[in-house]
Amino acid sequence: MHLAGEIILLIGAIFVFLGALGLLRMPDVYNRIQVGTKAVTLGSIGIIIGVALINPLWWSKLLVILGFILLTSPVSSSAITKAFYRSGIAPWRETEKNKNQDEKEASL
Amino acid sequence: MKKNSSPYLLTFFACWLLWLLLTASFATDELLSGFLISLVISLITAPKMNILNGLNFHWAFLIGLVRYLVYFFYALIKANLDLAKRVLSKDMKINPRMVEIETTMQSDLGKLFLANSITLTPGTLTVDVNENRLLVHWIDCPENTDLDAITHTIVSKFENYLKGFVR
Repeated sequence: MHLAGEIILLIGAIFVFLGALGLLRMPDVYNRIQVGTKAVTLGSIGIIIGVALINPLWWSKLLVILGFILLTSPVSSSAITKAFYRSGIAPWRETEKNKNQDEKEASL
Repeated sequence: MKKNSSPYLLTFFACWLLWLLLTASFATDELLSGFLISLVISLITAPKMNILNGLNFHWAFLIGLVRYLVYFFYALIKANLDLAKRVLSKDMKINPRMVEIETTMQSDLGKLFLANSITLTPGTLTVDVNENRLLVHWIDCPENTDLDAITHTIVSKFENYLKGFVR
């Protein structure tokens, strides 16, 4: 039981780490929010389940936390994205990157 | 009268359930104080809980909810594996677009569930909800797609499951 809990905790932590890595690697705010929301949600679910396996007496409180994370985390990221969209930030496009590179190469 | 009493009951039981989960004890005084507080809260707030009208109670309500949750967790894990693959690959194969999709969910609660599900599933993120149109940011949008095709790919499966328990 304890070992299984620790393994699931580790998996959750790995997903949170991947989320952080994605934040660094993604090209624009929308993609970053996508990575952040998904990876961190599953990561925290993993951490919560891991804690529940290690300390089964806390299961009810952890269940409440899990429910609130699942309900609120997508809503908050949606609200942030909406604010960015309204303020006029255009989504990143592959073609624009290529165009910029072409211009750079042309100027060289 | 029956129509008016259901939000009270629903709010009351939701509050009491939350109380029980948080206290995690079945001692008589805990149960009683939880009962009283839930009663007061439900009396005050139930008239404003219009969002609960979206719940569609019928004989298969719980089955629909469980089927939705199972599919949701499956989609969530698939989304994260897909994302991990993208983040770790050397050249990130992404082609992000803003697309509009159409939903057939009637109630606000149904739209909330749908928007949350879209946000937590592979490569899509709900940006805005407007009447029955959802603005979605899609991380890897295929070329040349029209509204019907996009709607079909993203929402139709979720809507099928959601219609088991919300309008």
